[in-house]
Amino acid sequence: MDWIWDGLKQALQLLLSGDRDVLGITLLSLQVSSIATLLSLILGLPLGTLLALGQFRGRNFWLSMLNTGMALPPVVVGLVVSIFLWRNGPLGGLGWMYTATAIVLAQFIISFPVIVSLTVTSLQQLDPRLQTQLLGLGASRWQMVRTLWLEARLPLFAALIAGFGSVISEVGASMMVGGNLRGQTRVLTTAIVLENSRGDFALAIALSVILLGLAYLITLSLTWIQQKDAKN
Amino acid sequence: MTEINNSILEMRDLSCQRGGKEVLRVEQFSVNEGETIAVIGPNGAGKSTLLLTLAQLLNPVCGEIRFRGEMISNGDSLALRRRIALVLQDPLLINATVFDNVALGLRFRRIAKKEVANRVDQWLSRLGIAHLRDRRANQLSGGEAQRVSLARALSLEPDVLLLDEPFGALDAPTRARLLEDFQALISELALTMVFVTHDLDEALFLGNQVAVILNGELRQQGPPDDIFTAPLDLDVAAFVGVETVIPGRVIDVKDGHVTVDVGEIQLEAIGEAKLEQPVYMCLRPEDLTLWRRDELPTSSARNLIRGKVTRLMTQGPLVRVVIECGFSVVALVTRTSVQDMDLVEGREIAATFKASAVHMIPRAE
Repeated sequence: MDWIWDGLKQALQLLLSGDRDVLGITLLSLQVSSIATLLSLILGLPLGTLLALGQFRGRNFWLSMLNTGMALPPVVVGLVVSIFLWRNGPLGGLGWMYTATAIVLAQFIISFPVIVSLTVTSLQQLDPRLQTQLLGLGASRWQMVRTLWLEARLPLFAALIAGFGSVISEVGASMMVGGNLRGQTRVLTTAIVLENSRGDFALAIALSVILLGLAYLITLSLTWIQQKDAKN
Repeated sequence: MTEINNSILEMRDLSCQRGGKEVLRVEQFSVNEGETIAVIGPNGAGKSTLLLTLAQLLNPVCGEIRFRGEMISNGDSLALRRRIALVLQDPLLINATVFDNVALGLRFRRIAKKEVANRVDQWLSRLGIAHLRDRRANQLSGGEAQRVSLARALSLEPDVLLLDEPFGALDAPTRARLLEDFQALISELALTMVFVTHDLDEALFLGNQVAVILNGELRQQGPPDDIFTAPLDLDVAAFVGVETVIPGRVIDVKDGHVTVDVGEIQLEAIGEAKLEQPVYMCLRPEDLTLWRRDELPTSSARNLIRGKVTRLMTQGPLVRVVIECGFSVVALVTRTSVQDMDLVEGREIAATFKASAVHMIPRAE
């Protein structure tokens, strides 16, 4: 069992020495998952709002699709994105296969339904009469929506945390569409899989510690903002 | 018909639907400068629909609405909505400070920061809640929250203030205090407002006009005295507290005095009617005076009926007395009177009422 202890020690050394490879992998992970989450937020917030407040045909169908999307297996997403980006695929011309952009696209597809679905829930928790009240005070539609977002800011933060959490930790899609190319598409999760299969447990543990720490730090800071606001 | 038009909002031949079903029909309704209109009616009658339509938040399927004489077309009329302010039964404050809540509508209108602060502070003190300025909305009592909600609407200085049962969710003492303060504000500012209530006392206390909505139809609009003493039909009469309705037939009309045969006796009313016209004689319970049989009245009241007490119903400090005399008559007396007259079920008594207390509604054969 010494190898576990050794692994932890080596991990600490790697972290403290600021290993360039490890640093690169970490930064790429952060970058890819942040962009994917941000994209999901930018597109998901308006769509979630429309689904929460709008009255239109097929609304329930889309809601159930999105809820299913929350449980989308990353490998399935990886497969579909691969098919599309494959040289002969419909989007093959873009040349995104085995690039970080492909990972962003796949992670976007994973986090998007999470964010939309939780946005819908967040807004539906508000008193529906609040919309009438805001319009009755002279809000434009946009001002009303903005006020509702502010009112639902705590659960919307939770949606953001959940969206980020769903992609920073996924491995299947990143592996399939990114290819785990060193210095190009290797992110924390794919690196862990690789080192594990190579038997380099020390590096795998070091990367895992970073991944856990990262997830913890980000969710901690979001939770902190959320709770600070809740106390007010 | 020529009319001096000082109406702010006006509706004509309007119909509103929800889910394909007509929920409100209004032939004519107008809100004039300085009027405080109480919209009364039972739950689900369409009162709130009327208010939301006035607030431009519901589009009628047909009919016209005019704002200061100009036709309003359907669609989102932001500029118009900004001349109106709406207060709902629940304060629906946002999760922020009292100041931010009152500033909300002003900020929607992009009013300069300094002006917003001035106006918010002014209205907070007018409503007696200046000390709550920096309190979070979720730390307020029900009465305080409703004051914030009123300040939020009043700070917009709207042409018309619309209120949907604004005091309905408050406990009695809080409600009484707020009503009193609000009434003082209304007269001080000569506010124009339309408020929905199902409380007749509140309607009389705050309204100088009353509109009655029953079953999705605006039945009558006028000064409270007209509505309460001269309802247009039996439904309105029943809703505004007319408890005695006696069918009869006009047998004599002389100088505004109408004599009506109601079976065994004849009753007198003041008003206009045609000979032989079938009518309903309507009486409010508080307009009857009861007498013991052994001390028959010497009052100037023209109508006297004799009958037997069939029921006594206590209602706070008052008692409803049902008297049977070929038809049923309901009187409202104090508990003291009941004791003094030794009223019990089965007791023979007499009741008098003035001819002017009787309101006649024509009836079909």
